[in-house]
Order: sequence, then C-alpha cells, then structure tokens
Amino acid sequence: MKQLLQRLLGRLPIGWLQLTHNPMRFAAALVGVAFANVLVFVQLGIMTSMGTATLRPYSFFDADVMISAADANGLTDGGNVARQWLLQAMADPDVQDGMGLFIANAPWDRGDADISLTTFGVDPARPEFVASDIAGDLSLLEVQDAAILDRLARGLGREAAAAIRPQSPLSFETQGRTLTAYTTFAGGGGFGGDGYMIVSDQTFLSLFPARSSTAPDHILLRLRPGADGPAVVARLHRLISDPALRIRIYGDAAQEELTYQQTKRPTGIIFGFGVLIGVLVGLVIVYQVLSTDVADHLREYATFKAMGYDQKFFIGIVLEEALILGVLGFLPGFAVGATILTAMGKITTLPLSVTPFMAITVFVGTVVFSALSGAIATRRLAAADPADLF
Amino acid sequence: MTNSPIVEITGLNHWFGEDAARKQALFDINLTLDRGSFTVLMGPSGSGKTTLLTLIGCLRAVQDGALRLIGEELKGADQARLVMIRRKLGFIFQAHNLHESLTAGQNVMMGAQVHPGVDADLAARAAGHLLGLVGLADRVAYLPANLSGGQKQRVAVARALVGSPALLLADEPTAALDKDSASEVIDLLRRLGSKRGMTTLLVTHDNRILDRADRILTLEDGRLVSDEDRVAG
Repeated sequence: MKQLLQRLLGRLPIGWLQLTHNPMRFAAALVGVAFANVLVFVQLGIMTSMGTATLRPYSFFDADVMISAADANGLTDGGNVARQWLLQAMADPDVQDGMGLFIANAPWDRGDADISLTTFGVDPARPEFVASDIAGDLSLLEVQDAAILDRLARGLGREAAAAIRPQSPLSFETQGRTLTAYTTFAGGGGFGGDGYMIVSDQTFLSLFPARSSTAPDHILLRLRPGADGPAVVARLHRLISDPALRIRIYGDAAQEELTYQQTKRPTGIIFGFGVLIGVLVGLVIVYQVLSTDVADHLREYATFKAMGYDQKFFIGIVLEEALILGVLGFLPGFAVGATILTAMGKITTLPLSVTPFMAITVFVGTVVFSALSGAIATRRLAAADPADLF
Repeated sequence: MTNSPIVEITGLNHWFGEDAARKQALFDINLTLDRGSFTVLMGPSGSGKTTLLTLIGCLRAVQDGALRLIGEELKGADQARLVMIRRKLGFIFQAHNLHESLTAGQNVMMGAQVHPGVDADLAARAAGHLLGLVGLADRVAYLPANLSGGQKQRVAVARALVGSPALLLADEPTAALDKDSASEVIDLLRRLGSKRGMTTLLVTHDNRILDRADRILTLEDGRLVSDEDRVAG
C-alpha cells in the first residue's frame, strides 16, 4: 500500500504513515467510517425497497391514463371515484377503453400466520388492462370466487405457491368466503401488505359488500395508438365535471406516488433522515480523526513549514488521509451493509439488496464527504506556526 | 556574488504587540555573515536571539530595516517568496521535531523532497548518504521512538543538511544532549559545514561550543553588544 501511494503521490505517503502509525486508532476510525456506511446502506436499501415496492403494483396493470379521487396520493390510498366519470371520459375521441379498478386489503388466516393481501378487483373481460404475464390467466377469474395469487407473498410457502395450478388449485378463506386460487403471479411483500391477489370485480364486491360497483378506487383508461397523452388528460379535465379529480398519465401517477411516499409519508422521511444521519456520523468521525491527527502533528507540520513546505502540501496530507479512511472504510461498510440487507430481504421478502447504483453512490458519497471532512480539518493547520518552534 | 555575505542586516528593528502593548525586541541590528562561517549567537533569555533567528529564517516578516538573505531582500517579500527562500535554509531546533510516524530515513528524505524535481528514489539515496555521514547508516529504518536523544538530534542534523542549505540556523541544538553527544553534534556541523561551504548561525547558552566558533555575537536587551572574531578550535 505504501509503495502504491508513493507511486501515485510522487512523495512519501505521509498520510498513510501517520494513520498506520497508531493501528488501534486507525482501526477504530475505519470501524467508524464502516459503521456510517452500514447505516447509509441499510437506510438507502430500505428507501430503495420502498420505491420498488411502491411502483410494483403499478406494473400489474397496463393503462395510459388513471383517474383517481382528489385525496388519492397512491394506488392503495384515498377515496373512490364515481363510475360515471369513466363514461364521461369515454366521450373523448382518443379514449379507447376504460376499466374500474377496485382495491382493498383482505386478511388471510393461515393458522401459523395472519397475512394481509392487497386485493385488486378487475374486469376479467379486459385483459388489455393487466400486465401481459397476468393477462393470459385473467379469464380464470370469470368463475365466481376465483383468484390469482401472489406466489411471492410473505407467509405463503414457496412450495405451496408453486403447486398452485388450474389442475391443483388452492382454496382458502378470507372475508368469510372461500376463494380458490387457480394460478399465481410474481408480486412480493410490500410495506402495506404481505402480498397481492387479483380477483374479478364481482368477486371483489362479494368479498367487500360495503363497496359499490359504481365506485371503484381508480379508473384506468387506454388511449388510441398515437394519441397525445398530456393533451387527452387536459381535455379530460375539461370534460369531466368534477374538477377535483386527479387525472394523470399512468406513469406520472406512479412517480407521484413514489415522491409522495419518499418525501411526505413518515416512513420515507424517517429513512431519509436515516441516510442523513449516516452521512453526518461519517462526516463527524472522519473530521474528528483528522482534526485530532492534525492537532497531534502540529509541531511536525510546523517543522515542515519551516523547511519550506507550502500549504498545498499539508492539505494534500489531510486529503490523503481522508481518502484512505473513505475508501478503506467503505469496503467493510459495503460488505456488512449488503449482508444485513440480504438477510432483511430474506426475512421480510421485501426487495432489499445493494444495487450497483447504490454501491457507486455510497462509495462516491463516502469519498466526497471524507474529503469534505478533511477540507474542514485543514483549518487547524493554520495553528502550525514555524516561528513557535524556536 | 560568491564572496558576498550570505546575510546582510542593516538597521533592523522589530516589535511585538500593538498600541500600548507594543514592545521593541530588536534595536538597530547591523550584521553580516560571511559564507562558510560558523557563528555563535549568545545572550540571556529575552535578549532577542530567537527573534533575530526567526527573522533571518524567513519565519517572521521584517518590519523595519533591511535584511538581505542569499542576495534577496526579505522586507516586503510575500509569503510564497519566503517559503521559496526557506528551502535554501537548514533548520535545527532545540527539540529534534522528527516526525514520529516516519523512519529516520524518511525524516531525512523530507529535507530533500521539499526541493522540486527531487523524486523519492533520489531523496532516499541522499538520505541514506547523510545518515551515513552522521554515523547512523544502520538506523535508516528506525522510527524516532527507537533512537536515543543524541541519535535523534543527528537525524535532525542530517535532515537539515540533506538539501545542501546555504545557511544553517540552529537553536540550542545541544541543549538536550549530554556532553559527548553535544560534542559529536557540533563536530558534525563544523565538519559537514566547512566541507559544503555552508554558513552556520547557532544560538546557544552552551559554553562548550564557544571554542568551536569562528565568531561570537552577543545580544542583550535586543541590542548587539558584542561581536568577537575567534580562531576556531
């Protein structure tokens, strides 16, 4: 390492020599930086997972425009919309088709664990409104009390889920009714539920009798090929007589929910603060190590100043130390962070893992913030006055 | 130029503090140091020796008077210029001030690498050579913590000399040393100094050194009160 740094720097790697001169302090500093990295990785992992989990149900459906209630900040959030708006929307020449989407949570007592399935009620005669991997099975829902089950749902055994086929369906009770799952799709546990289930709108209304067929949660619209989505949305705002409705491009609605979850919901804000705290912990640790190191070597630095070394040289030493701490602290932080996220992902079935983007972001962030801490610590160099040596 | 004095001081005054607290430390100092000379600066504590040394060493700004060092006027010189000039000087302090994380060889390399264009290999060779000259060839890889007081001061001497300075400024370099070690260090400075044509200005209270000096200057209350030429012993 010393030789490598000497070659890179073109001078003695004084920062490295200073740091390694006190191995215990060096190890403690690396543990501190690694700890900050672990904090950031875990919080970022959860935030990223929340984003993935938020967007995932949108991928079950295929629509161009979504009409939602004024207070609907997300797919599973907010009030209902009147089916009459679907009829009004259909009056637009670019709207090809529409479907009401019903959503509610259905509890499932599995004996050893109670799980909650986010249940979507859809029109089984409109496969074009669901993702292609589900569309082929949608006709199965025409049978009353039929369901397509999330094979990745938390609490549902992988083997039991894999055995579900039209020839070997799985019957289970929920909301006082017996449903039969004929096939499965890939969903996965989220923050709001343990998994997903798709049923017909008729089955949905049987499961949730308080709900009305005239009031779905959202209205999904398909536009004619080549239609200008934003222009249609603008026209629909004028066409539909309730000005408070949220009429959005389907993809925009997904992104708006993601932003809402990450910036307005307590969970998003908490995890965001977690990342911030991790960054601050890292900053403070690196600053503390470097400023102590500068203070401990003021006399040596003053000697070097007397010899003719300029300020650039000393800043170089401090930044060298900062980068060593950042890079070497990142490696164990990455390893431990990835292990923790993988373990949490297995336990919770949430999509938790260290993505390459996350790893690069945290690495660059660690190096930048370490350098920033180093830059702040260089202020103490001014105290090294060579005239005081005599 | 070759025979011109290395240090020329004319009418040098220096003050510390401001307004009512302003106190004059040096009064009208006039002095020249010839190339290759070995001069001892004496005087009681507070007489201004250190102030004079730091002014000649470009570690303080000249306030009043003229101070030419190696042909360059220091009064009005900016910090960058002073840093450049300091690279032509060698410093030995009362405390060795070796870097605890660097080996003896690396400490001496620092004295060489301050000069642009001196790479690590060249600096290491020069450091090895100088440590050999001060009798520490077998201690190149030792950290200061593993050296005796005399050995540390010899490393400091090697560090000061490795850049072949035109002027060596030494402040009580033998204060912390026993008689034998002190004698060794002074012998070294005299021997290597005369071999390299280096001028030495040494502040000391140590009477044992006086016999070795070409010239003895005495400061009292900021005034140069005595300037005695001697035949070196």
